[in-house]
Order: sequence, then C-alpha cells, then structure tokens
Amino acid sequence: MSARTEQSTAAPREQFSGQTGFILSAIGSAVGLGNIWRFPGVAYENGGGAFLIPYLVALVTAGIPILFLDYAIGHRFRGSAPTALRRLGGRWGRWTESLGWFQVSLSFVIALYYTAIIGWALSYFVFSFDLRWGDDPAGFLLGDYLQASEEVSLTGDIVASVAVPLAMVWIAAIAVLALGVTRGLERVNVVVMPLLALTFGAVVVRALFLPGAADGLNAFFTPDWDALSDPGVWIAAYGQIFFSLSIAFGIMITYASYRRRRSNLTGPGLVVAFANSSFELLAGIGVFATLGFFAFQQGIPVSELESISGIGLSFITFPAILSEMPGGAAVGALFFGALTLAGFTSLLSILQVTSAAVQEKFGLTPRSGAIAIGTVSALLSFALFSTTSGLYALDATDHWVNTIGVVASAVIMSVLTVWVLRRGPELLHHLNTVSTVRLGRVWLALVGIVVPAVLGYMLVSGIVTVATEGYEGYPTGFLLVMGWGALIAVGVIAAVATALPWRRNKDDVEPWPPYPAAAATEEN
Amino acid sequence: MTPTAITLLALSAVLVWGGLIASTIHLIRHPEVSADPGGGDDDERPEHAVIVHDT
Repeated sequence: MSARTEQSTAAPREQFSGQTGFILSAIGSAVGLGNIWRFPGVAYENGGGAFLIPYLVALVTAGIPILFLDYAIGHRFRGSAPTALRRLGGRWGRWTESLGWFQVSLSFVIALYYTAIIGWALSYFVFSFDLRWGDDPAGFLLGDYLQASEEVSLTGDIVASVAVPLAMVWIAAIAVLALGVTRGLERVNVVVMPLLALTFGAVVVRALFLPGAADGLNAFFTPDWDALSDPGVWIAAYGQIFFSLSIAFGIMITYASYRRRRSNLTGPGLVVAFANSSFELLAGIGVFATLGFFAFQQGIPVSELESISGIGLSFITFPAILSEMPGGAAVGALFFGALTLAGFTSLLSILQVTSAAVQEKFGLTPRSGAIAIGTVSALLSFALFSTTSGLYALDATDHWVNTIGVVASAVIMSVLTVWVLRRGPELLHHLNTVSTVRLGRVWLALVGIVVPAVLGYMLVSGIVTVATEGYEGYPTGFLLVMGWGALIAVGVIAAVATALPWRRNKDDVEPWPPYPAAAATEEN
Repeated sequence: MTPTAITLLALSAVLVWGGLIASTIHLIRHPEVSADPGGGDDDERPEHAVIVHDT
C-alpha cells in the first residue's frame, strides 16, 4: 500500500487560498512589536544612517537564507515543525522531531507573555482617548496600571486592569485560530495588514509635520561611519534581522506547509523580507520624528532623551509625547491601535505553530487544537503575566527565550540540515524547482557557514553575559526561575512531546518534487 | 535636515522600499514557475476539505 493511499483516511491539509493570502499572513507574522519599538532604537545606537550597511548585509546573508530554509523544510515535508523536521531527519527522525518540539515550546512560551503586551497596547488604545496617564506616564504605567511590585519576585496577585484586556486578546486569538487557516488566520491578516499600514502611515505623516521632527530625523540618519569597525554593531544588525523576521522557531515552517505543492517560495519570500524591513524603516522615521518633537519641546538634543526603545518607548516616552502633542488623543489611538494590530497578527502565527503541531501529533481538528492549546496557554499567561510581577517576569523570560533559545534553535537547525543530515542540496533543489527566483549554491554556504558562525557567536556571548553579569540587576533566584527556568521548561516540554505516541500516520506524505532527479544536476 | 542625513534617508528608502517594489513587480510578472516535473498533486478532496476562497 502506498503512502498516498494511506493518506485518504486522514483529513486533507489546510491551505492558504493563494499567494496574496500567504504573503499578507507571513508579513503579518514578521511585522510585530519589535519592528515598531526595537528597530529605531537599535539603528540609532549602532551607527545611525551607517547602520543601513550591516543591516542590509545581515538581511541578505542571514535573514533571507534562514527564511528560505524554513520555507523549504515546511513546504517539502508538509507539516508543522515537529512533523516536517521528523520527515527531514529520516532514520534520525526521532531526534529531529525533538528540535521541532523545541521550536514549538519556544513559541508556546513566547505566546504567554506576548499576549500580555498586546493586552497593554489594547488598554493604552483606550487610555489614549482621555490621555489617562496625565503628566506622569512612568508612574501611571508602573503604579496605576501594572501595579508593579517594588521587589522583583514572583507574586500571585492578579491585576484586574491587566487581566481583563489579556482575556480579550486570548478569546480573540483562540476564536480566529479555531476557524482554521483560511477562514481564520488568512482572513484576519488580509483585513488587518492594509489597516495596519494605513494606521501606522497616518501616525508617521502626523509626526513628520511636528516641530523638531527634522532634528529627530537628523539624529536617526546621520551616519557614524566609525561604528562599522565595531563588531558589536554588526552583531546588533544580525540580531535585529534575525529577531524581526519570525524565523527559526517554527512559524515559517508551519506557514509554508499550508501552501499548495506548486507554490512559488522564493519570490514571495523576498516580498515578505523587504516588506518587513520597509515597515521597520517607516517605524524608524515615525519614531524619531516624534522623538525630535519631544526633544524640541524640552529644549534638549535628541541624544539626551531616555527610554527610546522597547516597553519604555511605547508605554512611557510615547505617552509623554502625546500629552504635549496637538491632537495627541487621536494620534495615541492610532499608535496604540497599530501596536495592537501588529502584535495580534504576530501572535496568531506564534499560536498557530503550537496548535498545528498538537493537531498533527494527536489527530485533533483545527478547532480542538486551538481551544486546547489556547486554554492551557491562557491559564498560564494569567498566572504568570497578569500579576504584579508580570512586568519583570516577561522581561526576563523574553530575554532568555530569544537570545538563547531561538538563537540556539537556528544554529542547530542550520548545522543539522547542512552538515549532519546533508539535506541542503535537496532543499536547494526543492526551492529552485517550485520558485521563480533561483538560488545558487551560495545559499548553502550562507545557511551552512555564515548563519552558524554569526548566530553561534551571538549565542555564546549571550550565555556568557547572562551567566556572568545577570540581567537588569534582577535577583539571581528570580532569573533562575523566569530565565533559566523558562528554558528548562522549554526543554522538558519538547522531550515529553517527542516521547508521546503519534495518533496518526506521521509518514503519510511523499516529498515532491522527487530528489535526486535529473534536475538535481542543475545546481552543480 | 542636514544634506548627509537626507542622503542616507534617500539611500535607505531606495534600497529598502525599492527592494520591496522590485520584488513585488518581479512576483507579479513571474507568479509561478512555467514548468515542473509533474506529479505531486495536492490532497484535494472537496467532500472533506475546508472551504477555501481565493483572496
């Protein structure tokens, strides 16, 4: 009996309806909170206009190659990360499946706190209408809204003002995922992404007409060419590209698996990658034009402003600016609305990684998978991140999971594929057979040498830094639980999920196009 | 704005937004490959499949 015949008892795989739906969904995943609050600050602190060079080099030599690696694995082996990587691994499938579950577990943990931040953005969208933070945005955020505990330690005290929007985000996300890939995920992205572009575009246009905007843009774009000789600047560029593109933790493997077999991969991939960078550049212009206005109002240079990236930028500095800006309430609603939309579409992709993996291993429908994973995740999310210690907990967990977990996942996946399993040429053949933008063997060199070298350095330096210096002055015990503990939890979940038996035939798909084939010589 | 900052802004816009425009135009002109090895049909079973609509 052929594998094809066995498949007939299983439900057919969900599919994106077409290229547009896939591209908008993939952009929706890549464009997230980091595009708005991370890129502008990173670029400014690492050479300003000169940062463009390492940024583009990192995009071409690492970001796009890993994106294509994710696409190739997901599309060829037609499954979520554990399923696809198990099929990629062949006789070593049990081991490679565990890498897939490691990626799924990372996504599972990231979703827990990412949801909380979207809940904050949703709250601030409402607060914008009456500029509720008054003249003390920092005090309002930490005291009135988050009610952050004075000591950095885990508490079980739920904060209602945080928990209510968090519940709304979880309900919306579970509802969308339960509708399935086409009717839920894709449809939301097709509506939301143009809306996000319009909303954020309006914020940027308003910012450009503020007094002092030109000073902000001068600060952002004036190049510091000496920065190019600093290895730290190049690592920052690779880090920004890597964390921004939603790569190496299962998202793009999962999304690519929902494309029809005859689907162009590299052409849409370039659109997704450049759209992500385009949004980052737009965010940089908007954020620094606004910061220029703030510096102008205070009579200081932009270089003396504090909290110009991350949570501080969005929830402290930006509200302070809105209080001084003509029409601040409307701009605030647009800004926090955009932040909510950007975060929500990224959240959907993160949750889909977990939902798809559970569906495939345990034979669940999309609805059952979304509800099961969503319910468990929501309960954990409430317990850990809607409390008075939620701010500290998400800060520590985010740092460990990203700088160690996701980077390790990328290094292992690239080394495993190219050097251990030696499936690189097969994946290159796959990409070139179905795609309109053909890749040369340089792609193998980038994935097999540049990516492990650069990200391996980032991984080691990240581990050494947190091991020797800690993080943000947080107590060691707290970091052991919410930092290292989160990583240990990721490993344990991955091991347990790998060990559990499959409820359906995991080998019911034959890779297509066939390899080796006559066409395989084309790449040589 | 200073001439240097304007130059870097313009260069960034050309490379990044230009890259988006160029890749989009290329995709519109070449949406799919013109020939493939054959076989490898999708698992199309309308009686079981989820409802899909082209967007």
